[in-house]
This record gives sequence, structure tokens and C-alpha cells, in this order.
Amino acid sequence: MGTFLFNVFAAFTVITALGVVLNKNAVNAAMCLLLSLVGVAGLFAALEAYLLAFLLLLVYAGAIVALFLFIVMLLDTRGTDQPSLHPLPLLARGFAIALVAGGVGSFYVHGRLPAPPLATAPASGAVLKLYAYQLFTTYLLPVQVIGFLLLIAMLGVIVLSKKFEGVDDIK
Amino acid sequence: MIPASLNAYVFISVVLFAIGLLGVLIRRNTLVVFMCLELMLVASTLALVAFSRFNGTMDGNVFVFFILTVAAAEVAVGLAIIVALFRKRQTIEVDQLNALKN
Repeated sequence: MGTFLFNVFAAFTVITALGVVLNKNAVNAAMCLLLSLVGVAGLFAALEAYLLAFLLLLVYAGAIVALFLFIVMLLDTRGTDQPSLHPLPLLARGFAIALVAGGVGSFYVHGRLPAPPLATAPASGAVLKLYAYQLFTTYLLPVQVIGFLLLIAMLGVIVLSKKFEGVDDIK
Repeated sequence: MIPASLNAYVFISVVLFAIGLLGVLIRRNTLVVFMCLELMLVASTLALVAFSRFNGTMDGNVFVFFILTVAAAEVAVGLAIIVALFRKRQTIEVDQLNALKN
């Protein structure tokens, strides 16, 4: 039963991720991204990281995809995704895609990650207390830095989205 | 109870990352390229959570926290840049944004 659920979530995630790449319409791509994130949240839940699954749905599916949809509708770029005809970029892209496909294939064939016996590994991701303990002891400095990063990002977005008419405006 | 092995989870993560990279390589709409970047970030978080669960440690889970925060900030700034670009150039096609080329 558990393996069946894993297979369902994994297949769902990969198929909808392909939908992001292959959809011509940007709105459909955003919707496929949403479904793919739901699949990843399911995999997180299968890994017993319930808080992270919930946060993924809240932050990514709730906030980020909604932001993407707003911008897609604001810019309205339908039917502009035409393939280019320059041979050199096509060659470079083909080479890069072949390299990535080779990497995935070799992981599938040779990838044998040693998994420790699960009886000894506690499901620490399921315990909320541990997150709080780690965040406020070991990772206190990164939490402060992240807070500062969010402040800088907010200021940057305000500056970027403000309209400057000319050089005199910036001075 | 965990249904699958660490190998299976990391393989799904690798496949998701490869799909995201494929999208970055073949798409020309900057917004869709950005979505594929987000897909790659989520793939890396899946690998972190899987490693963290199978080793019984907390560090990977806490890192996913930070990655979520950075991704939120990154999306806000990136979309603001794309909107500013569209205002200036009236296009967000990767091929037509070649002002630095010559």
C-alpha cells in the first residue's frame, strides 16, 4: 500500500513537471507547477516531514504560484514562444540535454545509495519541537541572516517596481 | 512506515531536477524558465528531506526551511525584474533580450 502511494505520487509529480516544460500556454504551465508541488508535498508526507509538506503547499503552491499567475496575466504573452533557428544554440542545447539525460540514466543504472536500516533512524522530521529547537540554537545565525535577506528583497522589489521617468528621477 | 528506499526518492529528485533543467534549456518565455528554476529548487529540497529522514538527522529538514524562504524572496525579486524588463523592452522572450550581445 505504501509503495503504491509512493509510485502514484512520484508518477504524478514527474508527469505534471513535464507538463510545466511542454505546455505552450504559460497559465497552463503555472497550473502544472501547482500540481507538481502537490505531488512533492505528498512525497514529503510519505517521508514523515508533515510540517515541511504543509509549508511547501502554503508557501509554494499558495504564494509563489499565485504570484506567477498574477504576472502571467499582467504581461499577457500568449503565442510568443517561437523556437529559434540558429544552429549553434540548438547544438549547445542538444549537447546539454544529452549530458543531463546521460546523468539521469547512469544514476538509474548505477545508483546504489547505501540506506541505513530504518529501525535506527528516528522520524525526526515529524517532531515539531525539534524544528524549533534547531532553529533557535544551532541555526540561530542563519535565521537572522534570512530575516535580513527578506528585508533586502522587500526593499529591492519596491525599488524595482517604482517607475523612474528619467535620470533626474534617480538622483 | 516509509514505502520506498532512499535510492527511489533521490532518483525522483534527480528526474525532477533534470526536467527543470530541460525547461530552462528549451523554453524561451522567461516566466516559464523561472518556473522551471523553481522546479529545480523543489527537486533539491526533496533530496534533502529524503537524506534527512533516512539518516535520522534534522539538518536537511532545517535547510529546507531556509530554501523555502530564499525561494520566496527570489521569486518576488525575479518577477519584479521581469515586469521591469517588460515595461522597458515590451518582450520577455529570452532570444530577444540580447542587448549585451554586441
